[in-house]
Amino acid sequence: MKLNLGGVTEAGRSKQNRTGNWRYFLPVVDQKRCNGCGTCELFCPDSAIEINNKLCLINTFYCKGCGICARECPRSAITMQVERGVAV
Amino acid sequence: MVEIRVHGRGGQGSVVTAELLAIAAFRAGKFSQAFPYLGGGGERRGAPVQAFCRIDNKPIQLKCQIKQPDYLIVQDVSLFDVVDIFQGLKKGGFVLVNSANGPRELGIQAQDFRVYNFPATEVALETLKRPVMNTAMIGAFAALTGMFDLESLKYAVGRKFPGEIGLSNVAAMEKAFRLAKGSSSGGSVTGEA
Amino acid sequence: MNPEAIKSKEIMQGSAAIAETIKAIAPGVIAVYPITPQTHILEHLARLVADGQLKSKYITVESEFSAASVIFGAASAGVRSYTASASQGLLLMTEVIFNMAGTRLPAVITAVNRSLSPPINIQVDHQDTMTLRDSGIIQIYVESIQEAVDTHIQIFKIAEDREVLLPAMVCMDGWILSHAYEPVTLWRDEAVQEFLPPFDPVFQVDPKNPLTYGALTDDDKITEFKYMVHDALIRSKEKIKKVAGEFRDAFGNYYGDVIEKTYTEDAELILIAMGSMAGTIKAALEKLRAQGKRVGLIKIRSFRPFPDQELRTALAGAKAAVVLDRSFSCSSGGILGGEIKACLYGQGGPQVINYALGIGGREIYPETVLEIVNQSERLVESGKIPPETIFYNLNRELL
Repeated sequence: MKLNLGGVTEAGRSKQNRTGNWRYFLPVVDQKRCNGCGTCELFCPDSAIEINNKLCLINTFYCKGCGICARECPRSAITMQVERGVAV
Repeated sequence: MVEIRVHGRGGQGSVVTAELLAIAAFRAGKFSQAFPYLGGGGERRGAPVQAFCRIDNKPIQLKCQIKQPDYLIVQDVSLFDVVDIFQGLKKGGFVLVNSANGPRELGIQAQDFRVYNFPATEVALETLKRPVMNTAMIGAFAALTGMFDLESLKYAVGRKFPGEIGLSNVAAMEKAFRLAKGSSSGGSVTGEA
Repeated sequence: MNPEAIKSKEIMQGSAAIAETIKAIAPGVIAVYPITPQTHILEHLARLVADGQLKSKYITVESEFSAASVIFGAASAGVRSYTASASQGLLLMTEVIFNMAGTRLPAVITAVNRSLSPPINIQVDHQDTMTLRDSGIIQIYVESIQEAVDTHIQIFKIAEDREVLLPAMVCMDGWILSHAYEPVTLWRDEAVQEFLPPFDPVFQVDPKNPLTYGALTDDDKITEFKYMVHDALIRSKEKIKKVAGEFRDAFGNYYGDVIEKTYTEDAELILIAMGSMAGTIKAALEKLRAQGKRVGLIKIRSFRPFPDQELRTALAGAKAAVVLDRSFSCSSGGILGGEIKACLYGQGGPQVINYALGIGGREIYPETVLEIVNQSERLVESGKIPPETIFYNLNRELL
């Protein structure tokens, strides 16, 4: 493969990066406490959270497990749990 | 090649004087060059300024200041106390000073060059109502040296200052030219060998 | 000179001549930030834009960093773009200039050479542009206002060539060229447009076809990316030669290609210089030749790409090369001198004497040149050429 002039490449290639496998902790949503306010969606630095029909969905392909969503959730509906088979 | 050095203070139009002489010379079919020296930070009203003009019959290669001028134009007599005006002036060189006072009254020792004075500021105040005397100095310089024809100089002033300002400066220049021409045998212009 | 290409023959200020030439070149974007002694160029362009004579997008910004960033952005969108700066302003552009070269974007900058602070000095030397030498930008130094005009037309064509695609800089001495009045021939807009094809970019920022600029590259490919810039700059040398020839055919003016030689064929001593001091040296050479002294001059036009092979060939018959540097690298000495020594090392060429002079506007007179030639002849005779740079007329009483 020859290098492109000036390092210019096709756009959107970062979508292929599976950042989910960097994760030690997985955010787990207590859907009974969650009211779908969307604060976690706004704060997620990887755009790995989507609120769909008041339901909070975590995209584990991209979620790095940083825990910002759990820290910001006003109803403490998200807890970070050690992911089985990954961390320890 | 003829080399002219202009001494003045920031705001007196010394740089423009050199530029106008270069434009007029080129108009008259010569090769010419003009540029300023703005050391000391330059670009400051009142600061001593030098400007240079070279005129030749062939393209000019030199890209340096004029160390040994044939001609000096001094726009402000207060500079005699500050700057070594005559430095490098060639033997038999020509000096024009903007002053109503003659060389003796200005304290200039008779040396191996000619000193003329002309009251250009007075002419500027009468004609332009402002003490901007550079075009009057050019008129007197042209009359006394015979180096420039009035038409080329008028073209230069008109190109540099289109419109009303140009016209009034041409008037000042012509008036100075007439006065200096008419009095070159005496009057307000003093020659000294 | 091609009479059909001539628009006017007038005596005019260097800055005005450059601005009128940029008008003929008609960049899509002009980024503007003032600094002495460059400001007259952008002021003149402002007038042309305000009068409707020039349709460029005239973008005023708050720093030279932004001015460079604007032309970077415009060039990435496939638009011909231009700015001008000097001294500290060029240093503030440095980060962006490396970026432009690495991204292979061909914007043009007029560098009006001025000393660097501190202490503040508004007069000429080459320290500002020489400090940018490692960035990948093309640098051509000019001797006269006419050469500056003609080089601007050429340099867009060189920079925008698909085999080059690099930012480029015309380096013209502050005051001596920017503020001087000299006879100048300006070229008709149509003749310039005919000579200079429209910029046809390889890549172009376009919402319909998104691209990534400035992606991360690791050690597995970064050397190759850097080498590609190095290689493109080397290859631009042939383009500079070709375009100089094309310009001669179209307009009639020629200043040599990457170097210009004066009296070098039989010269024992060859002076090497860049910029306006070449004019004064040529005047001094006439006197030296009249005295029967075999002295010549190589004027380096293209400092980047560096004319190494051309210098080796031109210097082959000389006893000594006397390099006149208007800048220096602290602790190492004259920059041009060092590079010329490196290019001659082990090749059996002449000995090199290196002077640093003309710093911060210190004048270079014909007498200066004559004295340096005298000194150099004595050094060659004595066999005691110093390996370090000689600081000409350094006033040790002040140290």
